[in-house]
Amino acid sequence: MRTLIFRTVAPFLSSLMILFSVFVLLRGHNEPGGGFIGGLIAASALAIYGIAFGVSPVRRAIRFHPMALSGFGLLLAAIAGILSLFSGVPFLTGLWVYPRLFGVELALSTPLIFDIGVYFVVFGSITSTALALEERERD
Amino acid sequence: MATSTAHNVNLEAAMVLTPPPLADYLVVAPLAIGFVFGALCLMTRKNIDRQPYIAISGLVLMLLADIGLFWHVLQNGTVVMTMGRWLPPFGITFVADMLGATFALVAGIVGLAGGVYALEDVDRTGRRYGFYPFLLLMLSGVTAAFLTGDIFNLYVWFEVLLIGSFGLLVLGSEREQLDGATKYALLNLIATTLFLLAVAYMYGMFGTLNMADISRKAAGLRDTGPLFTIAALFLFAFAMKAAAFPVNFWLPASYHTPRIVVSGLFAGLLTKVGVYALLRIFLTLFDVERDALAGTIAIVAVATMVLGAMGALAQNDIRRLLGYLVISGIGMMLAGLALGSQTGLSGAVFYAAHSMVVMTALYFLAGMIGERMNGFALNEAGGLYSRVPWLAAIALILFLSVSGLPPFSGLWPKAFLVKASLDVGAWWLAFSILLTGLLTTIAVGRTFAFAFWRESTRETDDTDTTRPTNGGRAVAGSLIALTLLSVAVGIYPEPVIRVTDRIASELLTSGSYVDAVFPAEEPMVEEPSADEGEAQE
Amino acid sequence: METAMAVLTGLFFATSFYLMLSRHIIRILLGVTILGNAVNLTIFTTGRITREIPPIIPDDAVMPIEAIANPLPQALVLTAIVISFSFFAFLLVLVFRSYQELGTDDTDEMRDAEPRDEPAPPLGY
Repeated sequence: MRTLIFRTVAPFLSSLMILFSVFVLLRGHNEPGGGFIGGLIAASALAIYGIAFGVSPVRRAIRFHPMALSGFGLLLAAIAGILSLFSGVPFLTGLWVYPRLFGVELALSTPLIFDIGVYFVVFGSITSTALALEERERD
Repeated sequence: MATSTAHNVNLEAAMVLTPPPLADYLVVAPLAIGFVFGALCLMTRKNIDRQPYIAISGLVLMLLADIGLFWHVLQNGTVVMTMGRWLPPFGITFVADMLGATFALVAGIVGLAGGVYALEDVDRTGRRYGFYPFLLLMLSGVTAAFLTGDIFNLYVWFEVLLIGSFGLLVLGSEREQLDGATKYALLNLIATTLFLLAVAYMYGMFGTLNMADISRKAAGLRDTGPLFTIAALFLFAFAMKAAAFPVNFWLPASYHTPRIVVSGLFAGLLTKVGVYALLRIFLTLFDVERDALAGTIAIVAVATMVLGAMGALAQNDIRRLLGYLVISGIGMMLAGLALGSQTGLSGAVFYAAHSMVVMTALYFLAGMIGERMNGFALNEAGGLYSRVPWLAAIALILFLSVSGLPPFSGLWPKAFLVKASLDVGAWWLAFSILLTGLLTTIAVGRTFAFAFWRESTRETDDTDTTRPTNGGRAVAGSLIALTLLSVAVGIYPEPVIRVTDRIASELLTSGSYVDAVFPAEEPMVEEPSADEGEAQE
Repeated sequence: METAMAVLTGLFFATSFYLMLSRHIIRILLGVTILGNAVNLTIFTTGRITREIPPIIPDDAVMPIEAIANPLPQALVLTAIVISFSFFAFLLVLVFRSYQELGTDDTDEMRDAEPRDEPAPPLGY
């Protein structure tokens, strides 16, 4: 798979897909999309990068171990639930704030935090599986 | 999604509007703690020397939350917490009644003991592969399964604990482990998929997934074919999870392959989740169907307990022997479920709690024996009594306890079960329980005789002390703590019996469970038609 | 429509049971995957197949205006799909690893955990 064309295209394709995954993640708030599918897209971006350049460049590129990212996501999701403890509503209740930033009303909420958590969990665990499979293929 | 355009909708009918009391958060505290600390352990993957401290503090906090929850339920009755403000049956509900809180408490104790034991039993490679995160994940899954009040959510927690157990099982990836893990994983996945199938039919029947809601709607659908089908499917799926005969073969194939601490945790926690689910489904939801299926359950129970004990007799490997004893114990609990009387259920729940503690302790003991004998084979064992007398004492206590001999914790639940069987004239059930006790005594007595009493068969054994042993303070401490618990319960069982009696009476009157979830409502006898699931106008 | 779905689900179940009866672990795995899909279809069908109008309440209403699709089975199926997908990924790796290590995918030959020649326990000292 390490053809010249593929290797030239892969970095652009991967970064585009990561960007798209973030878009899908944020879009999932009101429209189809969300953390799970966003995480899958991001993981496939890294899988493509891994096919083109091998596994170790991918590991270097994401800096943290994929499972650590997964753990971070899990922590975010748990925190999103626990925040409800401080506002006197049942566990996992969606809490909303509407700060005005540069004249635009932003709707920020705990479901968003939860969704970002899901994004990282899926991204981390699928990347880790995919990298493990790609690594094994070569020996 | 919250919109700024407000409608004049009466939210009271669908949402929790009053802030829940702080103590109610105890219902979700164990699993929230488990997930937070599991996540922290995953994130500190590189820092494996610090990881155990994080994990142990997480396990301690979980246990404290379990104790708090247990105390709260003991004082104030069933506690309910609804996720995301949506009132049941719309939101997912967590319900902690005495049964769930007790099981969660014992699971917390066993989990902490396992975490401490693993300090010395699991080496750095094992930690790098994620022993502690998986342990916390599995324990959170087990605890949440005990506490959830939603049948689909129960399925999700089954899968969560299954994922955690897969991770623990393949830690190390040796040939034996891969072999055992393949069978374990496939058969357990089939069992949970069948559970999901039963959930699907149940949803089609009732149009709801909330267990309390199903319980009150089932009243209008008694004695119908579909309900029996669903009940039978649940029995099959959970019996497979609990390793009841004839769907128990995944257990002896896999439980002896992983690290000993993992085996101990599995023996203590996983099959008991299946037993818990059976108790919950057949007493809170389908009590009429349980009466009809009681004969089948009793036959399964007898076969499981007797054949499990016979299997234990035929084993040379101590760990495999223990695997069969786990199965045999499941038979005891099923006997209580089949009897379905106050005494029988009390005995079954007591036996489950006893079995969680003692089976874990037995695996830990086997680990220490194996450490000192360089293996688990009985025909090569010997000479341990003269080398480690205190271990012999602990072994004797645990062996007597698992056989149900006085004065340890195994005696009381067995006495309850025998009495309950004789009360309804099921002499064959009482006979099987006693026969199983005898066979178990022979199996473990022989183990004691060979591993401890017999002179060492190998001359090299005594010179072998230079080898680094893992039998340090953490390993011994967790084993001794669990053993002392068994002794204490055996000598002073009254508080436990009071608790299990209350659990049994709560289970027999499913109304208390329903009332806790749907408070202050007149008993709704709405027509539970199958159209419930259809689109509503 | 329900009848057609029921027949299709039955076919799925039959296929999956047939595959699970095999001795070869990869076929069993495929059988388990199909079983998962069969169950998902069952959930979908037991949720009643209604019209394809998305269950969204317009901004100026408090109730759906017309009959809508039942959203709950879709949520359940989605959850189940996600779970079975991750299990499939894990099991595939596990089965592949054990095939590499044990050199066989025949369950009758996989006897490492329960060796055939395991000695009987000693009968006396």
